[in-house]
Amino acid sequence: MAKQPEKKKDVGTTGHQWDGIEELNNPLPRWWVWIFYATIVWGIWYTIAYPAWPMLQSATSGYLGYSTRAEVAADIAAVEQANAGLMDELAVADLATVPSNTALHSFAVNGGAAIFRANCSQCHGSGAAGGKGYPNLLDDDWLWGGSVEEIAYTVANGIRNEQSPDARWTEMPAFGDILSKEEIGQVVAHVRAISGQDADAALATAGETLFLDNCASCHGDAGEGSRDMGAPRLNDAIWLYGGDEAALTESVTMARFGVMPAWSDEHRSAGGLSAAEVAAVSLYVHQLGGGE
Amino acid sequence: MWDWIKIAVWGIVALLAALAANFARDLAYQVHAILVMLIAGGMFVWTVRHTDEPKGAAETGYMDGVIRYGVVATAFWGIAGFLVGVIIAFQLAFPALNLEILHGFGNFGRLRPLHTSAVIFAFGGNALIATSFYIVQRTSAARLWGGNLAWFVFWGYQVFIVLAATGYLLGATQSKEYAEPEWYVDLWLTVVWVAYLLVFLGTIIKRKEPHIYVANWFFLSFIITVAMLHVVNNLTIPVSIFGSKSVIVWAGVQDAMTQWWYGHNAVGFFLTAGFLGMMYYFVPKQAGKPVFSYKLSIIHFWALIFLYIWAGPHHLHYTALPDWASTLGMVFSVILWMPSWGGMINGLMTLSGAWDKIRTDPIIRMMVISLGFYGMSTFEGPMMSIRAVNSLSHYTDWTIGHVHSGALGWNGMITFAALYFLTPKLWNKTGLYSLKLVNWHFWLATIGIILYAASMWVTGIMEGLMWREVDANGFLVNSFADTVAAKFPMYIVRGMGGVLYLTGALIMCYNLWMTAFGNRVPTAVATPAE
Repeated sequence: MAKQPEKKKDVGTTGHQWDGIEELNNPLPRWWVWIFYATIVWGIWYTIAYPAWPMLQSATSGYLGYSTRAEVAADIAAVEQANAGLMDELAVADLATVPSNTALHSFAVNGGAAIFRANCSQCHGSGAAGGKGYPNLLDDDWLWGGSVEEIAYTVANGIRNEQSPDARWTEMPAFGDILSKEEIGQVVAHVRAISGQDADAALATAGETLFLDNCASCHGDAGEGSRDMGAPRLNDAIWLYGGDEAALTESVTMARFGVMPAWSDEHRSAGGLSAAEVAAVSLYVHQLGGGE
Repeated sequence: MWDWIKIAVWGIVALLAALAANFARDLAYQVHAILVMLIAGGMFVWTVRHTDEPKGAAETGYMDGVIRYGVVATAFWGIAGFLVGVIIAFQLAFPALNLEILHGFGNFGRLRPLHTSAVIFAFGGNALIATSFYIVQRTSAARLWGGNLAWFVFWGYQVFIVLAATGYLLGATQSKEYAEPEWYVDLWLTVVWVAYLLVFLGTIIKRKEPHIYVANWFFLSFIITVAMLHVVNNLTIPVSIFGSKSVIVWAGVQDAMTQWWYGHNAVGFFLTAGFLGMMYYFVPKQAGKPVFSYKLSIIHFWALIFLYIWAGPHHLHYTALPDWASTLGMVFSVILWMPSWGGMINGLMTLSGAWDKIRTDPIIRMMVISLGFYGMSTFEGPMMSIRAVNSLSHYTDWTIGHVHSGALGWNGMITFAALYFLTPKLWNKTGLYSLKLVNWHFWLATIGIILYAASMWVTGIMEGLMWREVDANGFLVNSFADTVAAKFPMYIVRGMGGVLYLTGALIMCYNLWMTAFGNRVPTAVATPAE
């Protein structure tokens, strides 16, 4: 409690007291008053310049003619106009030859990446590595084909959906209704054997005949899969729903029914991807590593 | 006679609640009906047992019993609210903490409104009711009006909190931010709030002071405006009298506008005007100095309450709301800057001549930092309401940081200071159990707020910039998941800030408990801050 600056209190109080509290008669701080006035003046100007005051029919529109919607529309139009040439070219391009056109290809890949992030990453992951039930798009294990045209067809029409009449569509039967539990165990053992995993040899041998009778028509005699059927390859280490015994048993018993929406704006009433955008995202996916 | 009426009312309520529980169409409604039945049944028995007991002479001094309960409730709900806040902060950082066994009641979506309502309405609301009852009596030199009505306000408000909180967990919600409770809970709150208004107004009317003290202007504006906001924003039609679901009468953008007219003024009148009322009493009392300027208090009061009510549309920039409404919301918000700061100036300048107390009195230090955060967030708010700034900040964590620098810094700190001020006085002690612990609380809370606010600024602005980042061709650069992943480290920092804040509040509770109920001689000597 040594030195404390003694403030001059010549303003006095209001003369009232509440529970010992008094109030000084200090004037309003000048800087406070001036900033307050300045914000009011600015506010009046701003409401004249911009749409502000509601009238009987509509609101004042402001002398600057500003509108948030017009501002956004102008931004979008500017980008669309800047890209118009390349987008038009892309819409009609022969997709297989685009990679040799460096300027068009790099434009398509950049645009495709943005489309992918906004529309595809929710299922396939922002790095396109997929997840359980959602194929990895970085590898060369394609369910329906890995050429850029096949990818574009899948993007445009989707898989097992009601939107596009041309959707890719096959359906695995649920073998729980067809095979006994024991037989399913044998088939699973066989599938684990051909995919190079540990399996009970006796069960696996017993499963081979069952596999040839029930599964090979789509998945192939050696489990090599079929792109015509969208039937996954089973004799490798890549699994869409898991390769362990429990997951395989579930797949055989219940079957799987993976759905992908159709993205082409032809098939989406609320708006989808234009032909150029389908081309762009397909070219992007194609160059991720597994494109054929 | 009065006892017989009470017995009849409790009995009928219990019976009706039992019927409602029987016909209930959803779990939340059923649980609430059973809860009401048990409370009414218990009160029925209690009233019967106490009927015709001789009444003691009417008390004439200040009515402090209800305020003591209010102090305990404030501390209790504060801990509950902070704890849920810490839990959901870590659920955001580690989604796996939405444990399987919690699904359906304890996942983030259910706990988030529990947290916001617990801190705003349970912690803040109890603090406002308790302090306003204390202040209006002292500054009016009058006992609370209405006898036991004040007790009805207190217990009625606790019932509201319990119904709201259990409703959220069981999935009964209007999905309106800060107005989640369903129709019957809203109706009950309306009854309690009108009783609160009557007690407060009645006390002011029978005051023995010639003038109404400034703190009471703020409290009264808070009570009246919150009543109006609550009623208009909660105009709903129940789907069934035996179910919790209701349908709001407003539709589309009008519903959105009503909601944010309510939501913003919940901040303006609940968290600003009400707490300014607290500030205007406790700061001059603790500092032992007169209020800096009567003129400033009157000008900033009227400017604040006139301007605040128009600022809501700034929550709806770049939405279906017409541009004109958005402009007005923004302009009123910016003009509101100085009127908000009037409260800060009056509070801080009241301390002039007593600045040394910041070093020696940790309670004054809490008040000063509270006013500091108040000033900062009432500058930040108008800035964020500007359309161009909002286009970056909206929907990002910046908003969360802004809200918490106000809530943790301003509302929390001024409430802690008020609790430290009130507890020794209400329990007739010479001082607090330990000023050293107050000091610990101060530093833990302050560092907690800084970690919270700073991490949310960083992650909010980063997220806003990542969302809008496009390459030379106008293509988006980041996916949404990229922005979520980038925020992870800051989410950890935020959670740690919350842990510190909660720890400080726990220390406060221990300190207050020992002050009120401990046997050790309370220390009355101030310790200097280290």
